[in-house]
Amino acid sequence: MRFAPHTDDDIREMLAAVRASSIDDLFAQIPDPLRLDRPLDLPRGVSEQEILADLGSLARQNVVGEDLVCFAGAGAYDHYVPSVVWAIAGRSELYTSYTPYQPELSQGVLQALFEYQSMVCELTELDVSNASLYDGATALVESVNMARAGGRSRVLVASGVDPRNVDTLRTYGRGSGYEPEPLGDDDGTIDVASDVAAVVVQHPNVYGVLEDVRSFSDAAHRAGALLIQVFDPTSLGILAPPGELRADIAVAEGQPFGNRMNFGGPYLGMLASRREHVRKMPGRIVGATVDVEGRDGYVLTLQAREQHIRREKATSNICTNQTLMALAATVHLAWLGPDGLAELGRQCASKASYAFRRLTEIPGVEPAFPGRPFFKEFTVLLPRPADQVRDAMVERGFLAGVPAPWAGEGALIVAVTERRTRDEIDRLTSALTEVLA
Amino acid sequence: MERGAPVRSLGPPGDGTLRDLSRPGRSAWSFPALDVDAVEPPADHRRSRSPGLPEVAERDLVRHLTRLSQMNYGVDTGIYPLGSCSMKYNPKLAETAASLQGFAGLHPLQPDGTAQGALELLWRLERALCEITGMARATLQPPAGACGELTGLLIMRAHHEATGGSPRTKILIPDSAHGTNPASARLGGYRAVAIPSTDRGLVDVEALAELVDEDVAGLMLTNPNTLGLFEEDIARITDVVHGVGGLVYYDGANLNAIMGRTRPGDMGFDIVHINTHKTFATPHGGGGPGAGPVGVVEHLVPYLPVPRIERDEDGGFRLSTDEPASIGRMHGFHGNFAVLVRAYAYVFFHGADGLREVSELAVLNANYLAAAIREDFPLAFPDAKPMHEFVSTAAPLERETGVRAMDVAKRLIDLGYHPPTVYFPLVVDEAMMVEPTETESKESLDGFSEALRTAAAEARSDPKLLHDAPVTTPVRRLDEARAARQLRLTWRDDPGDG
Repeated sequence: MRFAPHTDDDIREMLAAVRASSIDDLFAQIPDPLRLDRPLDLPRGVSEQEILADLGSLARQNVVGEDLVCFAGAGAYDHYVPSVVWAIAGRSELYTSYTPYQPELSQGVLQALFEYQSMVCELTELDVSNASLYDGATALVESVNMARAGGRSRVLVASGVDPRNVDTLRTYGRGSGYEPEPLGDDDGTIDVASDVAAVVVQHPNVYGVLEDVRSFSDAAHRAGALLIQVFDPTSLGILAPPGELRADIAVAEGQPFGNRMNFGGPYLGMLASRREHVRKMPGRIVGATVDVEGRDGYVLTLQAREQHIRREKATSNICTNQTLMALAATVHLAWLGPDGLAELGRQCASKASYAFRRLTEIPGVEPAFPGRPFFKEFTVLLPRPADQVRDAMVERGFLAGVPAPWAGEGALIVAVTERRTRDEIDRLTSALTEVLA
Repeated sequence: MERGAPVRSLGPPGDGTLRDLSRPGRSAWSFPALDVDAVEPPADHRRSRSPGLPEVAERDLVRHLTRLSQMNYGVDTGIYPLGSCSMKYNPKLAETAASLQGFAGLHPLQPDGTAQGALELLWRLERALCEITGMARATLQPPAGACGELTGLLIMRAHHEATGGSPRTKILIPDSAHGTNPASARLGGYRAVAIPSTDRGLVDVEALAELVDEDVAGLMLTNPNTLGLFEEDIARITDVVHGVGGLVYYDGANLNAIMGRTRPGDMGFDIVHINTHKTFATPHGGGGPGAGPVGVVEHLVPYLPVPRIERDEDGGFRLSTDEPASIGRMHGFHGNFAVLVRAYAYVFFHGADGLREVSELAVLNANYLAAAIREDFPLAFPDAKPMHEFVSTAAPLERETGVRAMDVAKRLIDLGYHPPTVYFPLVVDEAMMVEPTETESKESLDGFSEALRTAAAEARSDPKLLHDAPVTTPVRRLDEARAARQLRLTWRDDPGDG
């Protein structure tokens, strides 16, 4: 059984054509002491049926779907992915191609990325977008690098930014030479010094709460710093976009558009900014141009920013990105259109509001941020450690949320997407009531 | 012989962009009726103007994207011999595996006890990658090779800080290396220092020995190198770097050449990244996603990113974040999990015997193709047999006819083939870097080499044909200078008059 198409005769003829007497001859450059003198310690190859049986058995050990109704969020969400997304994004002419280095053979991917960039700008009301980054957390890292390219060094992070985002910044900051610092906005004051490159605010924040982004923007701008907003793209049918909130750079986890939760990846790093920052932007950017006959066409552009041209002076090291996820997002966003996106936002917000009301009716369950408006997520304080409650809820078929131990032992972040029904929310409420009784 | 698979012009300009298709009141979306009371956001948080997304029917969307796909060439279309990219055929079984509900429906923050299958898969894949590369442990978090490089460099930093009190300042990189290496070095806080190649296309070990000192944090290298040649002196190279306390990083771009034959760990490398989208055939997706797992030798294990996957004595699996020496988190969650599922499917479908054969046939295919075209496009370094890829040069043809490597590439497009990588590596004049991969048949290679010979013959008889190429495609050569000068990056940007 051989997966490659070679017959034994092919191999003989090809060896003869290169004047080798055996395959071993082709590996003669490898010095003897370095040769592996045993088979790799892995099982022998198997049939398709066997490997899929193995994977099926692994998949069945995970508890998902109706067995564990998902109210978890904190950066990954159980949104509905319409059938059309993968029927189209999965077309193999797109799916099995690579970075469009030869634009004449790649107009499909290039135009789709141009449309993606266009829709990200329509969503955010910013001027320019790149063609995707790895995920929301690494998009934040790249946006901070953009801001620091202006010469200033310090990076201030608002208290509502997801700790996973801050951890990721801290890791990359070790190489780039900064340590993300808390903005100290817990008490409502926003002080930005004149050596600050960027202020990072997440809206809606990690607890689901809506922030007053304009006050962060204004404070950053008064100090000559840039405002980076981490946004939730599913909110932008109803919530004011980063451009209206005076953000300079906006980044997001784009997973909800086209991607299942997939245990954390592959997701989609979205990044958009005001036009003046485009030459510091990381990653691939597609531009429209014309061919020798004057026909419209698309190319990778501003490549002088990139690692394959600029090497150690590049704005980023990114090469392989998440183009396929951007294609999926393009299809999903076009499926939604402006009205569908607004309806998506309205359904999430309304169901979250209903869930908030039901859960906080349970004795002992308190809102963590009473009176503060939220979008599709909110945080409650439970009378017992949130991880224990979460585990007890698993027994009842619910993934009740994501514990936020940094915000208190009983803090639980609950997310409600358009997929959740009133009945599921009611059953979640009953189960939590029982668990806490 | 297998013929090319041209991507042809689809006739008059198509339907423009999705925005051009948009009609007010048209839609594709549907949601269940809202079953709770509707709420609106507070007035000061509301969007003032509806976003300018297209309004299209699902049929419009499908026809539009189908048409775009017909203007694109993928591995499923035909041979895609981009050097250093390992564009091999992607087995469809991996798609079935990744779409299993038990994987796709899994939230990354659900408790370990409800994700045992996923954790076990990652744990087994980590073990397999370590066996293939000769490393002790690995992280599966980096979502691409370049991120793997930076992960490795941050591990180097942490190691030098912990053992020597300073991260050191320099990273040595061969002048033929991929651009991500120096770019990653800078992001890791290092200065990239180029090491020259010899006239045989190998690392100049004497020059290396001169360059190393106590400021060198490490060396980044592929082997086989970017020219497709095996660095025969690799043991000496790694010794020289270790001699000053430096570490040696293996860029896994070329791992497809050596599986089951030799291992980076056995050559003396300390840190290895793997591109699953190259070696393990996870689809390239038009530019991504990939995955770039990083393996390390035993003494560097404490620095690996968190969370890590551990197996408890009772056989259960868990994510561990309690690692005080760890560099931290390289990705928002656990990396590109669905890509790693595909890599697992590939590795265990092929098995030990199959992976070794993959590398053997990859090397055979490259040697066969190099021999078939060498009269017109000689190897840049003819003294050594290439491994899984080779660098030929169009310089003699250019001198004879004025036709350049890019012209040959564009003519190949008209003949129905995706061209090889051109003008890389930078150290070779009129470079054509060709990596056929093991999944191309003899007939496919014969077709491709005949196309290259045809192009060379045409360069001599009718060079205009190559200068003008391509002529059959949806668009012809595009004005890249204009694209960069007069930026049109969204459909909102005015085309202007150029």
